[in-house]
Amino acid sequence: MSSLGGQALRKILSQSQQDILAEWLQAQLKSATLRSDLMKEGELREQSRVLLRLLESALASGDPSRPQGPEWEELRQFLAGVSRSRAQQGFSPAETATFVFSLKEPLFARLRRELGRDAQALADETWLATSMIDGLGLFTIEAFIKSRESIIERQQQELLELSTPVVQLWESILALPLIGTLDSERTQVVMQSLLERIVQTGAAIAIIDITGVPTVDTLVAQHLLKTVAAARLMGADCIISGIRPQIAQTIVHLGVDLSEVTTKASLADAFAIALRRTQARLPSGAASAS
Amino acid sequence: MSEKIPILKMGQFLLVTIQVDMHDQLALQLQEDLTERIVQVHARGVLIDISALEIVDSFIGRMLSNIASMARVLDAETVVVGMRPAVAITLVELGMSLEGVSTALDVDRGMALLRTRLATR
Repeated sequence: MSSLGGQALRKILSQSQQDILAEWLQAQLKSATLRSDLMKEGELREQSRVLLRLLESALASGDPSRPQGPEWEELRQFLAGVSRSRAQQGFSPAETATFVFSLKEPLFARLRRELGRDAQALADETWLATSMIDGLGLFTIEAFIKSRESIIERQQQELLELSTPVVQLWESILALPLIGTLDSERTQVVMQSLLERIVQTGAAIAIIDITGVPTVDTLVAQHLLKTVAAARLMGADCIISGIRPQIAQTIVHLGVDLSEVTTKASLADAFAIALRRTQARLPSGAASAS
Repeated sequence: MSEKIPILKMGQFLLVTIQVDMHDQLALQLQEDLTERIVQVHARGVLIDISALEIVDSFIGRMLSNIASMARVLDAETVVVGMRPAVAITLVELGMSLEGVSTALDVDRGMALLRTRLATR
């Protein structure tokens, strides 16, 4: 059936591609899902034109009922590119898929004109065209979601790096202001960047400030203690500061033992203690503290 | 038993620099040699430099704290210096935070730490 089927589809695509393109564009420009705020008309025209051309060349050798075949590779690549750019432009998945699905209307209209009264052939060809475009549309959605996921992943990574700065407060005193929840993955990043900075700066004291940590449960406390232990192994003492009253209560209720670690209510207090411990002196030019 | 970890005497202290991959036999050998030397030269402190050590396991971790305990029994303080970040993270993940072992960032600071410890004793 497939060798027979698709003949009309191939024929109309090669003979009246321009007309289909014109009808398709007209429909797209009139449609409610047109987002002229996100995308220029010229770009849409170009994308539609290339899609039809690639569809024709894919159909020349490929089977329209199986758009997963190798003949469709080029078209799939193109669709993936379209999805990616639309995900970045801020289109919704439905709007992106509609771009492919909207091809059905002009295509079916052509088929009807071509096959006329041959109801049997018309039904066959329409079915073929439907399954082909459905396959391509679903592929577009998949590609769209994939590129969205990769955008989210990248943002997560950036956020992770942004949220764990290690700052040097004084000679051999580091501060690590933690903001947001501490999970095990973040603890790894925090630990690593803290330890690396300790090596770089030769710091003797690190102040971990948890003012920005919304809740402390046993897991978070355990992560904190791990970081403290690792810093100690490198030869640096840790002070935990910024413990809010509620958090102090929770820590005690949970039975977390922080007696091994110096804890302070505020970063200022912790800094004062650190200065005293390192016997820091104000440098002669007070502003140029290193 | 061809390879051995050298133990250098510096005044009242002993300096051990671990430059090769530690394996279990080598660690046991070091334990034995070090305790002997502490008694022999009446050392008051031991510095173990592990800045070249890239891989640790729980055995090496336990050996480090064992050496510290043995040295303490022989009236010598032990300071482990120069631990790499990756090694520190590994030890913590293994649940070994080497309680009772003093640490310092490098040999210089370790030496200073030993001196202040001895002065206050």
